[in-house]
Amino acid sequence: MPATRTLSEHASKRRLAAAGIPVVAERLCATAEEAVRAAAELGFPVAVKLCGEAIAHKTERGLVRLSVGDEHAVHTAARELLALARPEDGEVALLVARMVRGKRELIAGCAVDPTFGRCVMLGIGGIFAEVLADVVFRLVPISRVDAEEMLDELEHRAWLGSFRGEPAVERERLADVLVALSGVVEQDASIRSIDVNPLIVADGLPVAVDALVEVEG
Amino acid sequence: MTPARHDRFRALFEPRGIIVAGASSHPGKFGFVAAHNVLAHGYAGPVFLTNREGGTILDQTAYRSVDELPDGAAELVFVCTPPATIPDLLRACARKGVKAAFVSSAGFGEAGEEGKRAERDLADLCAGLGLLLAGPNGQGIISTPVSLCAQIIAPYPPAGRIAVASQSGGFVQAFLNYARSTGVGVSRAVSAGNSAATTVADYLEYFADDPATAVSLIYVEGLGDGRTFFDEARAAAAKKPIVVLKGGVTAGGQRAAASHTGALASDDQVFEGMCRQAGLSRAHTVEEAFEIAASFAVHPLPRGPRVFVLTTAGGWGVITADRVSQSRDLELLALPADLRAAFDERLPPRWSRNNPADLAGSETRDTVVECLELAVRHAEVDAVVLLGVGIQSNLADLERRGRFYPGHGLERIVEYHERQDTRYATAAVELARRYGKPILVATELADAQPTNPGIVKLKELGSLAHPSSHQAVTALEHLYRYRRYRDRRGL
Repeated sequence: MPATRTLSEHASKRRLAAAGIPVVAERLCATAEEAVRAAAELGFPVAVKLCGEAIAHKTERGLVRLSVGDEHAVHTAARELLALARPEDGEVALLVARMVRGKRELIAGCAVDPTFGRCVMLGIGGIFAEVLADVVFRLVPISRVDAEEMLDELEHRAWLGSFRGEPAVERERLADVLVALSGVVEQDASIRSIDVNPLIVADGLPVAVDALVEVEG
Repeated sequence: MTPARHDRFRALFEPRGIIVAGASSHPGKFGFVAAHNVLAHGYAGPVFLTNREGGTILDQTAYRSVDELPDGAAELVFVCTPPATIPDLLRACARKGVKAAFVSSAGFGEAGEEGKRAERDLADLCAGLGLLLAGPNGQGIISTPVSLCAQIIAPYPPAGRIAVASQSGGFVQAFLNYARSTGVGVSRAVSAGNSAATTVADYLEYFADDPATAVSLIYVEGLGDGRTFFDEARAAAAKKPIVVLKGGVTAGGQRAAASHTGALASDDQVFEGMCRQAGLSRAHTVEEAFEIAASFAVHPLPRGPRVFVLTTAGGWGVITADRVSQSRDLELLALPADLRAAFDERLPPRWSRNNPADLAGSETRDTVVECLELAVRHAEVDAVVLLGVGIQSNLADLERRGRFYPGHGLERIVEYHERQDTRYATAAVELARRYGKPILVATELADAQPTNPGIVKLKELGSLAHPSSHQAVTALEHLYRYRRYRDRRGL
């Protein structure tokens, strides 16, 4: 199997956005000062992350700061994150993103199954993802009907209805995401996998908050 | 499927003449069993036995070689000879006009590297000769439209509309046995063996256009190229329902994707998704697989998810209502006011006045049949589960066996009870046909008292008595899902 590399989080999300998948509003910044300006533009609170092609496990390394509330805090966070960069990380940048508020996290993506080849998946995300293991697959390419049926096959599909004061997930928008994911890998044979995690439901709409695209070469 | 390929499949399942190669006079050998089964079950075409010693086998003179046979007299060869003899045998068969070979002999891909090579060579040889190769290491073929029983296992099933293809000969046998016990019969059955050249998906393609077949039932373990299986199975499922039982779901093949989402996946979840996408009805146990296939064979598809439960046995009604309510696919219909009013007119007030409609012993001679028709013809009812058929005959059986029979008016009541169950069964079948909606009769008597007149009548009319309401509802879910799959895709 050919060697693969992972696009940076920002580059990954731009690939998805280009395919029509809603992604969180964010800016790539070189310095702490730029990060402060970006945060003011996006509106507080924001998430500040260290981003680079060689950085895959941001959370484990403490490279993610969530719900950063004002300009001063953004400046501090940005400087701390830049200081955490290691030589092997290569070129790094700060990623400033508007915090997406939603109680429900989904995961979505594409992977290669050894028997059936390219698949699209949708699952319940968040801290219980592994325990629930509530995931649904289809083979690429999927139709709109396939995508809609995927939503219905989640074991906890009731969770997509209105939930703790939040409106129901707009099914059509979620199905759009799945169809678009299928389209992305169908059109680009170099993509080995796509991991959208989390896909947060905010005001009933799915938004890709973090994503990684793995490509060959 | 090209016409030439179709003709080779036709030669496998409806051959004009068969050769049993390696026929034996020794009853303990497969070569005897195969010859016996072909000769003993009514196949009307010519049957030629070959044996290198010649001699007489089952009252028939055996040929020493295929070369001695008349040209064009056989289209199928059933091979029981050792692997080393098979290439020359098949060349000779091809010269005589044979179009399909079923190779039951073992010692190929299942027997190490050398066997694998021999198997590839065999497949190449057959491709070159224009022979359809079934097997090797398969247990046989059944084709009831031509009374063909070319197999080294049992039983010979009743004729019907289920086509079986299995990677395990043991499950062919199991499905044929279920066919025998339920009376829901089989059109074709094939043990795919090692599938050297012809896969389960290839058989599905043939069954999809086979007028004798209403539904396919398959058992698979390995799929090789899963994408090809998916494409072929989906194309076949667009024509007819397919029930699939998969073995080896926990083997856990290595997943290529290293991403988090990939790590959550198990092979079985991908297989499940593939089935949904292809329109395959996936069963999880052997008995469930057969019951779903049998349901496709005998019941019309429900147009919608709304289920009405009619019962003369209260508890069964409650538990069935629970099962329907818990279904992700079906709905327990809220009893329409006009249907309630129509029932009220015919029943004393102690009936449940709800769905499940429990007649609560308030039925008289005609009420069960009348209420069943009211329900099935109602626009909001998509399917009916009928419970309680056979209860009266079960009691009649007890009375008939007691020491007071005959006498004390028992003959008359026994006869009445049995007639009633026969009427219920008849009504269930006739009303389902008339209104084009499924009526599923569920009762433990299907297993416990197969001689019950209600059960016997259902079988006689070509229907199925489901042995439990849970299983009936599971089958109904699959019927509805398949209907929905078709409707949503404009099929």
